[in-house]
Amino acid sequence: MIFQALAAVPGAGSRVIMDTKLKKLADVLQEKFGSSIEEFRDEVHVFLKAEQIVEALILLRDKHEFELLSALTATDYHPQQTPRFHVIYQLSSLAKNLTVQLRVPVNGDQPKVPTATRVYDNANWREREVFDMFGIEFEGHPDPRRILNPEDIVGHPLRKDFPLGYEEPQFTFNYDDIDLKKIYAKE
Amino acid sequence: MGVEQKLGDMGIVTTKLEELVNWSRTNAMWPMLFGLACCAIEMMAAQASHYDMSRFGMELMRASPRQSDLMIVAGRVSRKMAPVVRRLYDQMPEPKWVIAMGDCASCGGVFNNYAILQGVDEIIPVDVYVAGCPPRPEALIHGVVTLYEKVKGDKFKDAVKA
Amino acid sequence: MAQIEEVNVGPFRHLVSERALTGETMLLNMGPQHPSTHGVLRLLLELDGETVVNAIPDVGYLHTGIEKNMEAKTYIKAEVMTDRLDYMNTTGNNLAYCMAVEKLVGLDVPPRAQAIRVILTELQRIASHLVFLGAFGLDLAAMSVFLYCFREREMILDILELCSGQRMMTTFIRPGGIWRDVPVEFESAVRNFIKIFPKRVDEYEALLTKNPILLDRLVGIGVLDAKTALSHGVTGPALRASGVNWDLRKARPYMGYEQYEFNVPTRTAGDTFSRYILHIEEFRESLKIVEQALNKLPQGPVQSANRKFVPPPRAEIGVSMEALIHHFKLWTEGFPAPKASIYSAVESPRGELGVYLEGDGGPKPHRVHMRTPSFDNLSVINKIAQGHLVADLVAILASIDIVLGDIDR
Repeated sequence: MIFQALAAVPGAGSRVIMDTKLKKLADVLQEKFGSSIEEFRDEVHVFLKAEQIVEALILLRDKHEFELLSALTATDYHPQQTPRFHVIYQLSSLAKNLTVQLRVPVNGDQPKVPTATRVYDNANWREREVFDMFGIEFEGHPDPRRILNPEDIVGHPLRKDFPLGYEEPQFTFNYDDIDLKKIYAKE
Repeated sequence: MGVEQKLGDMGIVTTKLEELVNWSRTNAMWPMLFGLACCAIEMMAAQASHYDMSRFGMELMRASPRQSDLMIVAGRVSRKMAPVVRRLYDQMPEPKWVIAMGDCASCGGVFNNYAILQGVDEIIPVDVYVAGCPPRPEALIHGVVTLYEKVKGDKFKDAVKA
Repeated sequence: MAQIEEVNVGPFRHLVSERALTGETMLLNMGPQHPSTHGVLRLLLELDGETVVNAIPDVGYLHTGIEKNMEAKTYIKAEVMTDRLDYMNTTGNNLAYCMAVEKLVGLDVPPRAQAIRVILTELQRIASHLVFLGAFGLDLAAMSVFLYCFREREMILDILELCSGQRMMTTFIRPGGIWRDVPVEFESAVRNFIKIFPKRVDEYEALLTKNPILLDRLVGIGVLDAKTALSHGVTGPALRASGVNWDLRKARPYMGYEQYEFNVPTRTAGDTFSRYILHIEEFRESLKIVEQALNKLPQGPVQSANRKFVPPPRAEIGVSMEALIHHFKLWTEGFPAPKASIYSAVESPRGELGVYLEGDGGPKPHRVHMRTPSFDNLSVINKIAQGHLVADLVAILASIDIVLGDIDR
């Protein structure tokens, strides 16, 4: 089918790193941590292991002036890939005007990553959100509670095996069926 | 109103008690400030000077549920917020009415998922539904006027016993 | 009738100070429904008399599950949900998402579409700051400012309705350009707005800026220094009021911002008054950008010609077979995106609005994450509100300019 042929374009678009400063940074990280690098459309993604991430963040913040943690999130690749989760840190440097992305693959049973709260303060709330949505525990986090969902929810919503919670539209032919399944409050 | 009679220079009006009570309820109905999301901005725009809602008696919006008699649920109600909405509805004194403003309060709107109540009528009884995403201020005013028509037709014997 | 439940300090014990456990300070709930919180925010206040010892935000009352819902829709249909995130800045959210999709699939945007996108985004920035000013005045009990601001906002909403038919959730900016060309009355409507708006800004300043009561209430309150701000990830006017000159429109220009001349106002004091005055100055800068973009508006197409991603216009479908096939493919199945991930950011009125978009080769996104600015801006409230009175807390919360739809997504 034409559709599948279009989708077979490989992910890493161009192998040329656009920025020389980013190239130097990527080399430093590769040398120190033995990480693998992926580039796509002038972005650099660095893969690290869970034990190395806090050291890498401290190195980038102090030596290379990456003062801002722009985003901290995660992705779920169940069931296509193991390890199942990738935790993604997006760092910005105001002084040098660069961004870099660090990715930490974490596997599905007992996912644990050391916390980044002592490096960047906004990691506090962002890690709570990743725990709430994916169930990844951050060791050493000062406040490990759910942040966005109610306290009594079971499961972690953004995992791929959590259902969307879709309700069928109500027409006249299925009005009563859907009415029975709705959760009405008791008076 | 009923039959008007003027006896000399004293103005006397005769009507039914029900109609008098309903007329006074509609002329000064105070809504509770309950803007949750985007529809709240259109509710504020309806309250502002271009589409003035105080022409219809809603001069001010009370923040406390104990001093208001209309609850305009403007915005999407999430599962964490649902007990709070129910508690606020219970704290309002009788007589009270509810307008579900917008698609999210009427039926869940664009969001058909685990986190949003599919219509606020899962937890509280609704009198008027106003459609739109967000409804124009004129649509909200039309909803309010529809509620007034409904209130004017209320009878004492149908009143809810608390 | 609901039962009265007893709530104790258990879940928050590690966040409040020692004095709360002995009863020396009082724990008060500034609940989800409150006239001064901008939406449904719950603040747990620990008070010593009237002074705030700790202010702990509890968010999640507007959580909508947008990120999971967007994974179930195709790229074009998921854009509808982005409007409803930060509902003050609807065209800006559309722009952030469309730029991310265009970067992922490698789509070009013609220059006329770029200029119109810039005009609408800057007008939306002015509208968002108008609501900020109105709510700010309302929280400080200056009610007439609220009515004045909404009068101007009606003019901007009329312009948006002229283009797209909807006042707020327009979805006018689509991947590859904009939905369709603006009507002929657009230019005169925008020029009319540019003519009358500067005098109105002077009116607001005359009401507020030199008012001694306002100066008393705002100067020196809620001071945020640059190091704390950067460590907490604060961006936007709150960061610029603390002395850091960082604006994504100047640092990483997009949509042709490098051709327009405008300044980025900064202040060094970092208090509530600086944040307020920065919004007033941003009015004037945004108006400059709108005027320049309107003067330079080029002629040309408003959508990319790449029919694999952009639906063809209706007139073409009657005459061309390929156009019919593309139309059918795009609206039933959607376009495929490569198996890769990108991060792209724009400058929203509140800060850095970033989109992390990951495709998996199919027509639906594998993961969409919106990096919203109000999430980090709110996390700094505990640090800057300590030691102030409750009335000052209300002013600080109003000046940080949060929108709960942004935080809870």
